[in-house]
Amino acid sequence: MFETVEYEVRGQVAWITLNRPGKLNAFNESLNNDVRLAVKEASRNENVRALVITGSGRAFCSGQDLEGVDEGTNLGEVLRNRYNPMVLELHKCEKPVIAAVNGVAAGAGMSLALGCDFRIASEKASFIQAFIHVGLIPDAGNLYFLPRLVGHAKALELAVLGEKINANEALNIGLVTKVTPTDSFYEDVSVFAERLASLPTQAIGLIKRNLNASWHENLEEFLERDAQGQRIAGQTKDHREGVTAFLEKRKPEFKGC
Amino acid sequence: MNNYEYIETNVENSLGFIALNRPKVLNALNRGMVAEILDAMETFDRNDDVKVIILSGRGRCFAAGADIDEMADATAIDLERLNQFTDWDRIAWIKKPIIGAVHGFALGGAFELALCCDLLLASNDAEFGFPEVLLGVMPGAGGTVRLTKLAGKTKAMEWLFTGMRFSANEAMQYGILNRIVAKEVLMEETIRLAQQIALQPPLSIRFIKESVLKAIDSSIYEAMQFERKNFSLLFSSKDQKEGMQAFLEKRKANFTGR
Repeated sequence: MFETVEYEVRGQVAWITLNRPGKLNAFNESLNNDVRLAVKEASRNENVRALVITGSGRAFCSGQDLEGVDEGTNLGEVLRNRYNPMVLELHKCEKPVIAAVNGVAAGAGMSLALGCDFRIASEKASFIQAFIHVGLIPDAGNLYFLPRLVGHAKALELAVLGEKINANEALNIGLVTKVTPTDSFYEDVSVFAERLASLPTQAIGLIKRNLNASWHENLEEFLERDAQGQRIAGQTKDHREGVTAFLEKRKPEFKGC
Repeated sequence: MNNYEYIETNVENSLGFIALNRPKVLNALNRGMVAEILDAMETFDRNDDVKVIILSGRGRCFAAGADIDEMADATAIDLERLNQFTDWDRIAWIKKPIIGAVHGFALGGAFELALCCDLLLASNDAEFGFPEVLLGVMPGAGGTVRLTKLAGKTKAMEWLFTGMRFSANEAMQYGILNRIVAKEVLMEETIRLAQQIALQPPLSIRFIKESVLKAIDSSIYEAMQFERKNFSLLFSSKDQKEGMQAFLEKRKANFTGR
């Protein structure tokens, strides 16, 4: 279906695998577009209730492919045309998105991981804000997401010093949800993704929507947003199921609607 | 009363609903649809059971724009003789409040229609824009006028020159929208606001609308005189007597619209 991305729906989980292993899954134009289209496809597919983004081979994603970048390259246009639509598509997705960080996530590859809702790291994973080493700034939403995840001070430190951090350090600063052994990595990611897929999907979407809005709304606006969000959630079948299961003292079976 | 081809109408709890209903072509506005909208609005305007008119679109969006097929081959003389935009003038003469509910897109002619509404709500994902310039034309049903009056020259020119789409958030920032609400509850929230207005004495609402519209388009002196006449006029209504009596008696007023 895509040139540079492998797309597969397994059960209720869409797996999006960046597939330029020879280039450590560096972004070229095609990969930017394919990630965007794959996320869009998964967002639209009603049978999909969680997304996983990962890399094939030993890297998660090494960032922008520097081959072909020269003094004639207008990086502003590269971002506007290729990266920004991808980041916005990911941000718009109302299903939980997991970055399964199997190896290095460098530069825009780290940005991609930051734009996801959860980051599960393999023991071999590492994160590096490589931009500063080539005289650039973290882009593709990186500096928007990073301080929200680790705080302003740590975000500044990582961006300015550009030091590589390993999976456990990433865990310590709250950058990743969990670190799992390399051997069982995909199994663990799969279990986590299926768990997310079994939760009330609409409520997750509304949680994402409201959390995002919480950064730029005042309390009054936000409380109205709460009311609308809960009104929507309160009309889902999953809410009825949750209440019924609770009263019947059994485990709820959520359908995502 | 559903004998329209391009729209659907119904009356419920004092609200008159008009839904653009050509979802297969994203509710593209043709002349027939505009004529039906006008007819439905004028009918609601004369119907005592309707206090507020609600305008929305069926399907994926409010409406994506005007029906281009209908006018691609027209000459200037054709358009002059058709005089199609008088229908739009008459929409502006509707006395009852009109609330628009925009989801998806309101582009071109559809954005102009949305700007004809007195109050406008949009879903969080709604987008607006005047793409006419990209087709070698410009808005013809009040777009350059109403947008400028609402948002000011600065943004109006930028949007009209570039044809770019802009988000509900931007529309809100420039005073085009009353509220942005979650897409799932757009109609519910629109109805909630409409019902609040439907409870008010209709003659007050009628004269307030008239006075506010007058204020947009005339000198302060003239608008003040106009307001004063309308204020005085309300004192010949039963609802004024009832409203003030109820206030003095510390009870809830029972308005009859007379």
